[in-house]
Amino acid sequence: MKLAISMTGESLDAPFDARFGRAAQFCLVEPESGVCELVANPARDASGGAGVQAAQLLASQGVTAVVSGAYGPKAWKTLHAAGIRALLAPDSAHTPTGREMLEQFCAGTLREADAASHDGHHGG
Amino acid sequence: MKEIVVLSGKGGTGKTSVTAALAHQAAHATAGRWLLADADVDAANLALLLDAQATVAEPFVGGAVAVVDADACSGCGLCEAACRYEALICDAGGCQVDAIACEGCGACLDRCPSGALALVPQTVGTCRRSETPYGALHHAHLDPGQENSGKLVTAVKRRARAQAEAEHCAGLLIDGPPGIGCPVIAAVSGASLALLVTEPTVSGREDLARALATVTHFGVPALICINKADLYPDGAQAIEDLGAARGIATLARLPFDLSMTEALAAGRPVTVQCPEAPISQALAELWRTLQARLAEVTTDSKT
Amino acid sequence: MRLVVASGKGGTGKTTVATALAQTAALTYAVRLLDCDVEAPNAALSLHPQWSSAVTVTRPVPRVDATRCTACGRCAEVCQFNALAVVGGGVLVFDDLCHGCGRCVWICPEQAMHEEPLAVGQIDAGYTPDGILLAQGLLRIGQPMGMPVLRALKRWPTAAALDAPFSDAESAHTLLEIRDAPPGASCPVVETLRGADAVILVTEPTAFGLHDLRQVVGIVQELGLPAWVVINRDGIGTAPIAEYCAEQGLPIALRIPLERRLAEALARGRPLLDAAPEYRPAVQTLLEQIVSGVAA
Repeated sequence: MKLAISMTGESLDAPFDARFGRAAQFCLVEPESGVCELVANPARDASGGAGVQAAQLLASQGVTAVVSGAYGPKAWKTLHAAGIRALLAPDSAHTPTGREMLEQFCAGTLREADAASHDGHHGG
Repeated sequence: MKEIVVLSGKGGTGKTSVTAALAHQAAHATAGRWLLADADVDAANLALLLDAQATVAEPFVGGAVAVVDADACSGCGLCEAACRYEALICDAGGCQVDAIACEGCGACLDRCPSGALALVPQTVGTCRRSETPYGALHHAHLDPGQENSGKLVTAVKRRARAQAEAEHCAGLLIDGPPGIGCPVIAAVSGASLALLVTEPTVSGREDLARALATVTHFGVPALICINKADLYPDGAQAIEDLGAARGIATLARLPFDLSMTEALAAGRPVTVQCPEAPISQALAELWRTLQARLAEVTTDSKT
Repeated sequence: MRLVVASGKGGTGKTTVATALAQTAALTYAVRLLDCDVEAPNAALSLHPQWSSAVTVTRPVPRVDATRCTACGRCAEVCQFNALAVVGGGVLVFDDLCHGCGRCVWICPEQAMHEEPLAVGQIDAGYTPDGILLAQGLLRIGQPMGMPVLRALKRWPTAAALDAPFSDAESAHTLLEIRDAPPGASCPVVETLRGADAVILVTEPTAFGLHDLRQVVGIVQELGLPAWVVINRDGIGTAPIAEYCAEQGLPIALRIPLERRLAEALARGRPLLDAAPEYRPAVQTLLEQIVSGVAA
């Protein structure tokens, strides 16, 4: 399987990005090996529908689950249609690294977003 | 982080004057720092009341527009037929793009047999950040005639949120645009609370009803503030009733007070210019009530 | 002839002036008033028309025939607004991101897409007791884009829109169209100004009024339209509107002082000329000035 983690920086030890559609990049990782492949998010500066575009990118990369901070309704719907599990990072006082997210994923402690977790950023 | 957006439906109800006074209260009568944003990018006036200094501006690139390569264009007119926005005008001499009408869809590119068209990103305004005595202000300027699709509003909010989060601010106070369309939807999304500033006029009430419906449609809790309430007491009552029927409380009735005008002429929040005026007292009280409501709303959403 | 009443800043009294002009003009011309502020139309609140028609405004949105779609992804690739997503072997359409350009339908190699109308607003029309034909655009709640409603309003009336003998009135008198513009200085204001012959700019002498007036004047000058300025709530502030107008060569055609009595009457929804009939001659003069100015 292939997991995507929204990231602000360029390695798994960089801070995780709580935004989905506007994330700087995604780290695509196979949990078994822990090998990380970076994919820039072309949607980060999209004028609208960033979540839709980001979700399609992950679908085209064969991703089966994603970890991010929140999903808008269009992003969630697109991920759902693509059969990609949308997982939520827990609320925390400090910004976790990508590696911490990966560990929590492997430990099975991440909650699945069962619907959009925010109401979308219009025009954004 | 908490986020209050100030809206009105109808323009000119005193939204920005109220926001400026609340910004002053947020800075001087609240624990924790608040940041400020002006999401009315089409008529960005908050900076005029907040003594904005040290402004840093950067160009904002919005959508794309079609551009014609005059050398390649044969003037065949296929693009004109494809365009649904009447943005292309063709004759034997060639084709021209009306950049204001163009929505940047690219339908013309598909039809052009000569490959003479391209989509080019366009600068449509500037994003700005200023320092004010009441905290940092994120604002913007939309170039006249550009499409206010909410993109620039979203950009302003994104920048304000990023700074507020990085600096662990308590909240973000946003002056919103009038109306109910895209810019309003962009301003409302993600807010903890919307404060609707209205006036007791027939049109104020009508526009408030539409704005309330929009805010509720997007699931944001709303509260009402009636400005110039004594101008038409029956009208003010009608607004309170309208709110009550929808379960929306009226937090304040502000008096028709020329101090507001004096403060506007002086370019300061009324609570700074005329701190003893009845309206300033009412605004200070409004801020305290808002804080209490905000605490309730944020507790509710966690349960 | 087509006049636009615009302002930049909201709440400066655009609708007050537009309705006063329409009532005055109706004594001489066949007047139609278009309320182009589709997010907050207010002219009807003081003119009390008898609505006689309501036309739904739609915009086209794409729909997919799943039996023909091969999920090739071309439609999502060309869409500039991210309104389409091709995932899981099918196409998702997000109506509120769609601009209705039709590109996806045209590009689809399987001809698996067609368009359907999506209701986004309506146009109400009817005569007021003063004999003004009033039409307003009304954007539906939750719909992001007002432009389709505004464009439809400008094209109105369509053949089926009204049974009233509008064309007779048109031939009997000169037709005058007055457009009440939305606030601001973005796209919808430009759209309202397109095709007009003259503009009346309503402002107030505050820093806000002047700031927003500058924005609209920029557009008006770019479109090359003659403009006149009305200063409303004169006395409310000290912003140098007169100096600015002199610099720009804009004539100040009318000043309406700040008076609590007027504010109270307007709040109740009374038209200006009803609350303060002494303004009739001044509004008449304003109208004559503009009509002769445009003709010249």
